[in-house]
Amino acid sequence: MLKTFPLGGVHPPENKFSESAPTEELPVPAQVVIPISQHIGAPSDPVVKRGDIVKVGQLIAESKGFVSANIHSSVSGKVAKIDGVTDSSGYRQTAITIDAEGDEWLDSVDRSEQLTKEVKLSREDILSRCHEMGIVGLGGATFPSHVKLSVPPGKQCDTLIINGVECEPYLTSDHRLMLEKGEEMVVGISILMKALGVDKAMIGIENNKPDAIEHIKKISAAYKGISVHSLKIKYPQGAEKQLIKALLNREVPSGMLPIEVGAVVHNVGTAFAVYEAVQKNKPLIDRIVTVTGKSLANPGNYRVRIGTPVSALIDAAGGTPEDTGKIVNGGPMMGKALNKSDVPVVKGTSGIILFPASESRRVRVTPCIRCSKCITVCAMGLEPYLLMSLAERDMYDIVEANKVTDCMECGSCSYICPAGRPLLDYIRLGKSTVFSIIRERNSK
Amino acid sequence: MSNLLNVSPSPHVHGKETTVNLMKGVLIALAPAFVVTVLFFGYAAIIITGVAVLSCVIFEYLIQRFILRRENSVNDLSAVVTGVLLAFCLPTNIPLWLVVLGSLVAIGMGKMTFGGLGCNPFNPALVGRVFLFLSFPVQLTSWPKPKGFLTGYLDANTGATPLGIIKENYGELPVSEIMAMDQMPGYTDMFMGRMAGSLGEIGALALLIGMLYMLWKKIITWHIPVSIIGTVIVIAGGLWLVNPSENADPLFHLLTGGLLLGAIFMATDYVTSPMSSRGMIIYGIGIGLLTMVIRRYSAYPEGVQFAILIMNSVTPLINMYIKPKRFGEEVNNG
Repeated sequence: MLKTFPLGGVHPPENKFSESAPTEELPVPAQVVIPISQHIGAPSDPVVKRGDIVKVGQLIAESKGFVSANIHSSVSGKVAKIDGVTDSSGYRQTAITIDAEGDEWLDSVDRSEQLTKEVKLSREDILSRCHEMGIVGLGGATFPSHVKLSVPPGKQCDTLIINGVECEPYLTSDHRLMLEKGEEMVVGISILMKALGVDKAMIGIENNKPDAIEHIKKISAAYKGISVHSLKIKYPQGAEKQLIKALLNREVPSGMLPIEVGAVVHNVGTAFAVYEAVQKNKPLIDRIVTVTGKSLANPGNYRVRIGTPVSALIDAAGGTPEDTGKIVNGGPMMGKALNKSDVPVVKGTSGIILFPASESRRVRVTPCIRCSKCITVCAMGLEPYLLMSLAERDMYDIVEANKVTDCMECGSCSYICPAGRPLLDYIRLGKSTVFSIIRERNSK
Repeated sequence: MSNLLNVSPSPHVHGKETTVNLMKGVLIALAPAFVVTVLFFGYAAIIITGVAVLSCVIFEYLIQRFILRRENSVNDLSAVVTGVLLAFCLPTNIPLWLVVLGSLVAIGMGKMTFGGLGCNPFNPALVGRVFLFLSFPVQLTSWPKPKGFLTGYLDANTGATPLGIIKENYGELPVSEIMAMDQMPGYTDMFMGRMAGSLGEIGALALLIGMLYMLWKKIITWHIPVSIIGTVIVIAGGLWLVNPSENADPLFHLLTGGLLLGAIFMATDYVTSPMSSRGMIIYGIGIGLLTMVIRRYSAYPEGVQFAILIMNSVTPLINMYIKPKRFGEEVNNG
């Protein structure tokens, strides 16, 4: 029996059109727009000014505080302006615009393809290197990696979990990375193990990627303590708590972090980025992005510099199809719809999906028939129908009592609802309202 | 590409399941039982079911259109399901005007009064059925004998249901002798449906096929039917083991009356049953318990309809206090 998490979950059509398309290098764009807040935590402080000449890999915005991340230039050229732009979420934020000239890298970056297995850095140096190189979680949450690697005093970590699940339909960037950069990724895992001081790492990969499972199994056989586990296909298995439950059968208590049960979870993309940072001294200035969609000419995976406009990626994949009705940044279950395609690729951009107009509108909303399918699929054991009707009526005290803060917004409830009800929309409303009520209560 | 992009919060895909499809699934699951009833009770079953479905749909349409003045909702097929279920718990030789009246009560009082689909606290078909049962007890307890497809409508040749026979002779004869009576059908006949009873309740095999279909299509979960049937087996089995001369065996209780129809199709009604699986089990145990209490100790030979309606009334309470197992609530990582 394949491992999986026991409570809830759905299995949407996978539609992984780009899984056999090898990663292509996207040419350096003429201009990049690099927002100063691409991670969870405090926005970084720009350290360059208009007119400055920068090289690839040069620090352009410095992390402000512990939970924050450095940001580096992804091109060489001249800083054109530092001003407000609309980011992929539709918010205004400060960004550094750089006009690219040539492709001149910092000398400190080792650009050779050679695999460096031996880890020379000490535990502390790995952490500070991750911080210095602006490494954040590349699974989508973009939480600064050095924070996750610093085990708080009094807590114990015994297992590093590597997330190669890629449970979102359509997306294939992690899949391609495992196939193409498996060696480097596994070295990255051994670096993460050293940083955490653990001797056990488990890689979880869903069963729809048998080639990746086989490949990584072969590579990791040479490493002590690293094991590969194939998992039953079920969304949202890539969620930290669900993955820990599936692999370790430990349940992270409500409102707590994975470290509470001795686990730390990192994405395969992050492991590769850590390899590049620690062994090659390369800051996080590019990432793999899946560009896909049913009507797209060439769905594919692209290694792209941070700050490249999304429209350049779409052009590389064959241009925007005639029937496009929606462009989603991220996966179809949790991604954000874009209102224009000239927003920049950021550290957290895992995929760009173009939906045809026929699939870009929501289904008709009819009355709730209380079929309880939303409860059946909820991986956190919540009652979405109840949270929605309570949030509609502004009854936030009961919303809070029914654990709305446990919701990870995976969208399984809205996905399954036969009445097409916007359950997650109202749960988000309830959740953010409850969080602000809690903040207010705590500040008194 | 049009200039405008659609923007909406996630998720951006939908599972394609719809209310109409679920209702269609229930209707498909009811089909085997319908075939059985037509084979044993004749074309009268088709007439009764047709009239019930038609009047339920028409009443819902009229109430929606002229009283509530809301968008027409009969396309969701829920009124069709109510009509079929109402017909399934009526005898085949009932006058048609009673079927129409029952449909009016089911849809009008049972469903639309509360606001239509999703809002009714009680199973509409059972509201209609119990209204008829209490108001017209004679017509509702006149069961035609199963004589095959060519049985005439309003056939005068009636007989008692197995549960009726037991109730009638209870205390006078030991159960073994009641079972041996000529008018009592054998177990094979009960299983296949050759016995007097309401339209849709007779074919145990057909109902079980319907249940398997609904479980396979994930229209229902096992919790409600299994907990009802399990409770009945435990209680009937206990009584039977303690005193076999006064109590029928558990198999008899399973195959007779409306137990399977109720457990599979009535109690599992989405709107009126609890939401969490733990709640569903409590609800199912309650129905099984009340059914056996009524069958064994009350004046009525059959109690499934009352048991389900009583537990319907407890459903909001169950939903309030019985929560699903939350992730990370009680942690045992031993």
